Amino acid sequence: MTINRVAIIIAFVTGIFMLVQYFIDAVVVNNLYKTLLDYYQIIFAITMIVGGLTLLRVHLRKLVRFDRHSIFSLATVTAILFMVISSIIFGTGTNSPYQWAFNNIQAPMQATTFSLLAFFVASAAYRGFRVRSKPAAVLAIAALIVLLGRSIFGEMISEHLPSLAGWVLNNPSVAAKRGILVGIGLGSVATALRVILGIERSYL
Amino acid sequence: MSQAALIFWVTLSIVIIVYYSFKARKTALNLREIPGIKAVEEAVGRATEQGKPILFTTGWGGDIQRPTTIAALNLLRFVAAKAASYGCRIIFPTHDPVIAETAREIIRSAYNQAGRIDDYRDEDITFVSPSQFGYAAAVDGIVSRTNPGAMFLMGTFEGEALILAETGNISGALQISGTDSTIQLSFFIIACDYTLIGEELYSASAYLTEDNKVKASMYAQDIIRLLLLVVILSACLLALFGLDIHEEIL
Repeated sequence: MTINRVAIIIAFVTGIFMLVQYFIDAVVVNNLYKTLLDYYQIIFAITMIVGGLTLLRVHLRKLVRFDRHSIFSLATVTAILFMVISSIIFGTGTNSPYQWAFNNIQAPMQATTFSLLAFFVASAAYRGFRVRSKPAAVLAIAALIVLLGRSIFGEMISEHLPSLAGWVLNNPSVAAKRGILVGIGLGSVATALRVILGIERSYL
Repeated sequence: MSQAALIFWVTLSIVIIVYYSFKARKTALNLREIPGIKAVEEAVGRATEQGKPILFTTGWGGDIQRPTTIAALNLLRFVAAKAASYGCRIIFPTHDPVIAETAREIIRSAYNQAGRIDDYRDEDITFVSPSQFGYAAAVDGIVSRTNPGAMFLMGTFEGEALILAETGNISGALQISGTDSTIQLSFFIIACDYTLIGEELYSASAYLTEDNKVKASMYAQDIIRLLLLVVILSACLLALFGLDIHEEIL
């Protein structure tokens, strides 16, 4: 029996069990389900260590090679080592160096990256609303209605604009979303079944 | 609800198995063309011609248990096989160490099968950060430094979607995206060259494979969709006559 066949059998047995357990309320089944989830958490924790070590190894190699991007690797390696060593020595309590670094370095950097979104939304909207075709015109008109209807200017222009914006959001927009969601649901089920039944073997 | 869901699952299983048994082995199956999937080969070829790498990432929103991630990894197999055969470098940053290990196996296997294992670069498949914007910043940094010729944004994306897509757009990469996040779809449609909308991502591997069994499942999916449509329309008609049975049948 090849290793691939073993993988297919494991995928089939586990998949069928996870599917069936949803409909069965029995102590044995529930316990087995919780045990399987625990195993996933254990695997995740181990791969997190592997992932961290791989990241460290990759950046140490880049540091050794030394090129113009090595400064980024130096920052990454320093940050990883600082957070790991300081949390081992001083813990992760309120006044620990770990918490200080998290609150004063990591959180502001994350907020900075998030704030980029505002500029990217503006540049993407500018490209998206250029009217080059009939569908683009429909998009631009719908966007204009919603934009004005949801702002204070909408009511100033016409008292019907806010309700028109609401209609666009609650009818054509929701109808399209629901159509996509039904397709996504079917696609999810079909993908899961393809893997469980061994039809889809791309993961091997 | 549980009973209805069970009936749905069983019906879909039966349709897939029956269709596969009677049709798939006997007839050649054709699927309609989807531009985004057709462009996969073009994207890899373009990156190879330019001497630039390919970047593939599965987004921050999903872990390995999510069908979207599995569908994205199915597509990765084809992209990696094509990249390996062309001798093109493939970069795979991710927020999840389990996805990183799975992708490593898929890409290494693709290079091995193409007989180019020496071109395989283990350091290009990396877990970068579990934090959403840490991941976004890391991928943005990789895009800025390596300047990829093609970018594949496939999976479940959240707030980082537009940050990644716009950075890719600025770098001039040919971008193919696919997601089940309806909110992020609009951003991808604007910022990327091709977008696989919802279920198109799930069916990507069926389009790219020569295996009739996988293609047959697409046909079965359409049959289920038709059945669902009939049920929804019937429920609507019955509701018009005062019979609200949709909660029992859906």
